[in-house]
Amino acid sequence: MTSGFPTLWDSRSFGQALDAAFNALVAAWGETLEWFFMPVLRLLRLMEQGLQTLPWWVVLAGLAGLTFWASRNWGTTALVGVLTVALGLLGIWNEAMATIALMVVATLLSIAIGVPTGILMSRSDRLRTVAMPVLDIMQTMPIFVYLIPFVMLFGPGKIPALLATIVFAVPPAVRLTDLGIRQVDAEILEASRAFGASPRQQLFSVQLPLALPSVMAGVNQTTMMALSMVVIASMIGAGGLGYQVLQGIQRLEVSRGLMAGLGIVFLAVIFDRIAQALGRRMQTSLHQEG
Amino acid sequence: MGDPGIRVEGISKVFGKTPAKALELVRSGMGKAELLEKTGHALGLHDINLTIGAGEIFVIMGLSGSGKSTLIRHFNRLIEPTAGRILVDGEDILRLDEPGLRNFRRRKIAMVFQRFGLLPHRNVLDNVMYGLLIDGVTRRKAEERAREQLALVGLAGFETRFPAQLSGGMQQRVGLARALATDAGILLMDEAFSALDPLIRHDMQLQLKALQAKLQKTIIFITHDLDEALLLGDHIAILKDGTVRQAGTGAEILTRPADDYVARFVHDVNRARILTCGQITDRAIRVDTPGSVDARAPIETAFAAFAQGEQAIAVVNGNGQPIGAITWQRVMQALAGR
Repeated sequence: MTSGFPTLWDSRSFGQALDAAFNALVAAWGETLEWFFMPVLRLLRLMEQGLQTLPWWVVLAGLAGLTFWASRNWGTTALVGVLTVALGLLGIWNEAMATIALMVVATLLSIAIGVPTGILMSRSDRLRTVAMPVLDIMQTMPIFVYLIPFVMLFGPGKIPALLATIVFAVPPAVRLTDLGIRQVDAEILEASRAFGASPRQQLFSVQLPLALPSVMAGVNQTTMMALSMVVIASMIGAGGLGYQVLQGIQRLEVSRGLMAGLGIVFLAVIFDRIAQALGRRMQTSLHQEG
Repeated sequence: MGDPGIRVEGISKVFGKTPAKALELVRSGMGKAELLEKTGHALGLHDINLTIGAGEIFVIMGLSGSGKSTLIRHFNRLIEPTAGRILVDGEDILRLDEPGLRNFRRRKIAMVFQRFGLLPHRNVLDNVMYGLLIDGVTRRKAEERAREQLALVGLAGFETRFPAQLSGGMQQRVGLARALATDAGILLMDEAFSALDPLIRHDMQLQLKALQAKLQKTIIFITHDLDEALLLGDHIAILKDGTVRQAGTGAEILTRPADDYVARFVHDVNRARILTCGQITDRAIRVDTPGSVDARAPIETAFAAFAQGEQAIAVVNGNGQPIGAITWQRVMQALAGR
């Protein structure tokens, strides 16, 4: 209190009241929420166990096949193959599979939430005015701050890790969907209205296809955000590569941290290439902007 | 069904937060500039009245800012007026509810855009089918109809190309085929040829005239190019600052401009190409020199004969019957704008 800022209100009591209210919320709704997210947890476990029990060469073939299908480029496919093999060589195969599972589920859920929200936002300036600062807060608030309530609600584990990851990863999907739809050429949209298209027909025949490059850029960013969250999420029990980094810090083992860190970088490259190729592939029919 | 054709009655459009109030101010005498300064409202159109006959090309002509693009968007309600009525075949389209309006746009009225408004991610055939598919026509029928329209505009064989692979003129023909495909009786053309280079523009104008002779649609055509207006329009309305300065046939506007603005506007027009021999024929004169001109031909077709020293040239009607003659003096008077 040396600064002498006057005590205008009792912030300590306010904090206590907030804590009490949240504790009551946890007591009343904790179990319901846990039950509600059970299917997500099952999906995550299924995916993780699936990836870990499959022979390594099946996973390798799957990733390489996906890359080739999306990119039609042998160079990119070879890069993804080599990096996948490297994950095994570094001795972090199982951890990498757990991380992939968490990331894929988090990304899919982020897209499932983010793209429709972005569509709604593009249609309502009022919603956009409200949502923009909320998205800013979601991205700038230190992640540990919203880890606290999630851990209180669900206990340490994969669900709070997944939810925290989604909160962090969803904003780019929302923003770039909204932006993409708002940037659609007004005359093309007007043409579709002039031919009697309903709002739904406008959305699916004009707005979404033309916003696709932007939406896919958002999906790519969402993937990268989700991946960058895995280290922090591991602190509340997400496991995977992030946990190895955490252990490296705790045991002061440079090698463990380095290898897991390299694994995360490799995963980032693999998924960035796949997401980019998917984005380009979905745009090929757009040709150059007419 | 009431009167066929389109009647625009007292259409006004004010842009801003409280357009109805602002329009009251305009009606009590406030000018466009004063309105904008005092209330922040922009007067787009003021008390537009037009009668457009079924099956004619009606050109709305004006410079940028005259309100012509705003006006054309009222016919299919892409823009809603602040006041007034628009009757299409006697029915007030401003009373249509949302589904009614959609059906009106799907079947009765089609539009061609200045920058084409084609879907870049769909090929030419899919673009032409767009209006039909929106209307729920089966794909097979829509495709058949779309191929017919493409053949009509001379683009058969380009079905699987994408818009970006075509030249501007070809893209606009796709836009025209798309508008024709729904078989709507009314065609709105918003500066449809303005983005094309001059030679192609002229080709498109001639192609539109030839098509119109076959199809007999009601076409509302917006342009800022007076030559285009005079070439295409059965009737022309000249728009300035959101009001109609004059409406009439091209010849009426050329020979009897309603005010100084219109007069200055038509000053530089090549009258020899717009006025027809029939309009300056002296019916009292009969000449028996060989050679004659058609009454519907522009005056310039007679120049060659005058150049050979003729004093008067016979004018014949569509059946080849002489109806009178044009004299050197009459031609000069017409060119001088008297």
